[in-house]
Amino acid sequence: MIAFFIRRLVGGVVMLLVISAVTFLIFFGLPRAAGQSTDQLAARFAGKSPTAETITAIKERFGFDDPLAVQYGNFLKSIVAGDTYDTGVEKIDCPAPCLGYSFRTNQSVTEQIVDRFPITLSLVVGAAIIWLLAGVSIGVLSALKRGSLFDRAAMIVALAGVSLPIFFTGLLSLTFVVHAWELLPPVSYHSFMDNPFKWASALILPWVTLAFLYAAMYARLTRAGMLETMGEDYIRTARAKGLPERTVITRHALRASLTPVLTIFGLDVGLLFGGAILTEQTFSLKGLGNLALEGVIGSDLPVVLGTVVTLSLAVIVMNLVVDVMYGILDPRVRLS
Amino acid sequence: MRVRPKLMALSSGLVALSLGLAACGGGGDDGDGGDGAGYNAAIENIVNPSDKKGGTLRMAISSDIDSTDPGNMYYAWSTNFVRLYSRMLLTYPAKPGDEGRKPAPDLAEDLGTPSDDYKTWTYKLKRGQKYEDGTEIKAADIKYAVARTFDRSVLRSGPSYFADMLDAGDYEGPYKDKNLDNFKGVTTPDDYTVVFHLKRPFPEFNELVNFSGQTAPVPQDKDKGERYGLHPVSSGPYKWEGDYTPGKGGTLVPNDQWDPSDPHRKQLPAKIEMIAGLNAEELDNQLLKGDIHVDLAGSGVQDNARKTILTDDKLKEQADNPVGGFHWYLPINSEVVPNVECRKAMIWAADRDAIWRAYGGDVGGDLATSIMPPDVDGREKGTDYYTKAEKGYKGDVNKAKEALQACGKPEGFEVTMLYRSDRPKEQAVAVALQQSMGRVGIKLNLKGYPANTYVTDQFGSPEFNKKNNVAIGTFGWLSDWPTGYGYLWALTSSDAILPAGNINISMMKDKQIDDWWDQAYETEDPAERAKLYNQIDDRFRSEAYVLPGVYAKSLMFRPDSLKNVFFHKAFGMYNYSTLGVE
Repeated sequence: MIAFFIRRLVGGVVMLLVISAVTFLIFFGLPRAAGQSTDQLAARFAGKSPTAETITAIKERFGFDDPLAVQYGNFLKSIVAGDTYDTGVEKIDCPAPCLGYSFRTNQSVTEQIVDRFPITLSLVVGAAIIWLLAGVSIGVLSALKRGSLFDRAAMIVALAGVSLPIFFTGLLSLTFVVHAWELLPPVSYHSFMDNPFKWASALILPWVTLAFLYAAMYARLTRAGMLETMGEDYIRTARAKGLPERTVITRHALRASLTPVLTIFGLDVGLLFGGAILTEQTFSLKGLGNLALEGVIGSDLPVVLGTVVTLSLAVIVMNLVVDVMYGILDPRVRLS
Repeated sequence: MRVRPKLMALSSGLVALSLGLAACGGGGDDGDGGDGAGYNAAIENIVNPSDKKGGTLRMAISSDIDSTDPGNMYYAWSTNFVRLYSRMLLTYPAKPGDEGRKPAPDLAEDLGTPSDDYKTWTYKLKRGQKYEDGTEIKAADIKYAVARTFDRSVLRSGPSYFADMLDAGDYEGPYKDKNLDNFKGVTTPDDYTVVFHLKRPFPEFNELVNFSGQTAPVPQDKDKGERYGLHPVSSGPYKWEGDYTPGKGGTLVPNDQWDPSDPHRKQLPAKIEMIAGLNAEELDNQLLKGDIHVDLAGSGVQDNARKTILTDDKLKEQADNPVGGFHWYLPINSEVVPNVECRKAMIWAADRDAIWRAYGGDVGGDLATSIMPPDVDGREKGTDYYTKAEKGYKGDVNKAKEALQACGKPEGFEVTMLYRSDRPKEQAVAVALQQSMGRVGIKLNLKGYPANTYVTDQFGSPEFNKKNNVAIGTFGWLSDWPTGYGYLWALTSSDAILPAGNINISMMKDKQIDDWWDQAYETEDPAERAKLYNQIDDRFRSEAYVLPGVYAKSLMFRPDSLKNVFFHKAFGMYNYSTLGVE
């Protein structure tokens, strides 16, 4: 098991290096290959109409006139060892992991990501728990009651959940649940450490709205997996051996059906860490998705680069977690 | 064998948990404090007067502040908001009506005293005024605050009047020249005297000093350039608790070093939360419920909330619909559309009625004639050029086509139009204009950008406009101070053109207009100056540099829980420096 984990960990680090190199090339190499001058590249990093002094400062700071390999090395070095930025007025220390400095917001990118991370974490974790529990439960029940009224109703609702965009369901839920019926307080973020009840009550609406979208997919996926597994020979054998039906379903059928669900779960959660943009915009939550969007709109390339690296890390970590879970769930995987 | 429905029980538990959390969850004020004082009650009076301390004042905006640095901001709401944590040499009195529009002493003992030739202005500081850390505010701090506005590469957003007017030679600002003695535009003969030295006479200098936050004192050893705005040092009734977070907001708490004899501010709420980036419709919903007390932008509620308010008698009692002093107009970039006949074609084709409706019709404002709104001293209504300020006027397609012929583009042309993406009314205006100009072959490619970068990075950047073929865009202007100079100089003088934060978006380098500005400096009589300003306004329009829009009326909403509410004529919105919530 440990060897399996180490293999996966090394693979994840290599993947992250590859992604960081590709991302770096996209932002620093491609523009040069397309004929952009270093002045033009520096202007994009300024994020606003820069003066000649600002462009010179940015070029010096990022070493745009250095070879690409040296620039990439400095970028990696700043992630590992930190860096110092000269704004022209003061020198700012950017401790490791330093993902860059935003000239638009005058803050280090790492600082902004760390500030916004708890909001996205709260959104994703809360929604993930709800969609996993609800989706898997509904999927199991639908599979067990195949063809019944419950099964048909559940799959219709699942279809609606997958089809309706989050900004539609989100705005509807805000209008009715918060403002018209006043069932919940306005959506906002409060730290879990300050007040867990306030944290949860202010986020329950985006949790449920986001979960509605994903639970639908997971219900269909679980149902399909369960239906396939319930027809396997070993399930018939388990029943023949006299095991209780609950044990047959939970320990044998469900466990085997969860493998594809876990795969998707890991990817979904990883992607949501940098990609819950629509949900965050709809509910005015200032998370990583909102930060990425602000970076794109404001041409704040250090922020865009930082959020891309963070998202990639989140996807890799979640996939690593999923791989480990495979090893726990399926002995054949960890022995292979 | 059937499986027991444990999962059903779990689902039921989740629902019960949700309802339980709802019961435990906090909420804001419910706005049921009492009857509203009446529709438009706050225009000339203070509604819900109170001196009770306590509570949390929640102020929100759909975009973000241009900067929290008092020397680096220009939006009217920013210069209104900054009074919570900054005092200036002069400021507007916190009074409704015309009294609120006249400069008044703040850190200064009195208005500035001019020399006979109006080229030197002397201010005496009150003694014993302090920063939040207890350090006394001295004349050198005011000098430094003004000096830092000279470096536009660091402070890009604020007005450029001081850099344009003060006799400072080639001074480039304290970030490039750390010796403040080299800044000759302001001298400080002693710790409590500030003397401004101007290049040319300017009788309106008190108004100039008064309107912005650029004379808010800044301790030189605490200045961090652009980063100063993350935590400006307070001289006002409140100070920042921690840093301001761009895109999110921050919290203000009482400053115990503030002098309570300050007549222009109060220190009532125990805490002020400033929330940035709240979705505009959601902000209105929370405002109507009283969860948010103030929409900081001060430009009024969006369409949905407007309908809700105007059709509900109780809500209408809590609303005000003043003429705000803003003119929402559309400058035409003469560098992208250099031919005056092409610019005339754009104006002829514009559906003024659709623009007026997009801003809200009767509730949104009045169709504009002159660029100066009616509340500017000495303003004349002026002539309609290439358009009509009439309800129902949808443009003149034939005249537009004639103008296109005259400019050598009978089939029309293609350009970009900008608007602020977080302001639904501006987006509606852009769409209306796209449709009306499309009738004659003028194709507008619409692009939206957020308000907090719109003036510094996009529409207010000549380089951006040229690079992106931006010919026209939505814009609004409130007079910096209520004279023609305070309204029109930044829009029309070639000296006002800046690389970022540019307000002369039309890129006017009109010699006749510049000559009239030079004449205005030498003219002592306000009525004679007003004549010059009217001439400038007339030429601004006759040369088709601008499409007049709407003199804005904003439908503003005040929750019952908000105290000391009144419309401040100088800011064009509710005054923020004296609000309470208890």
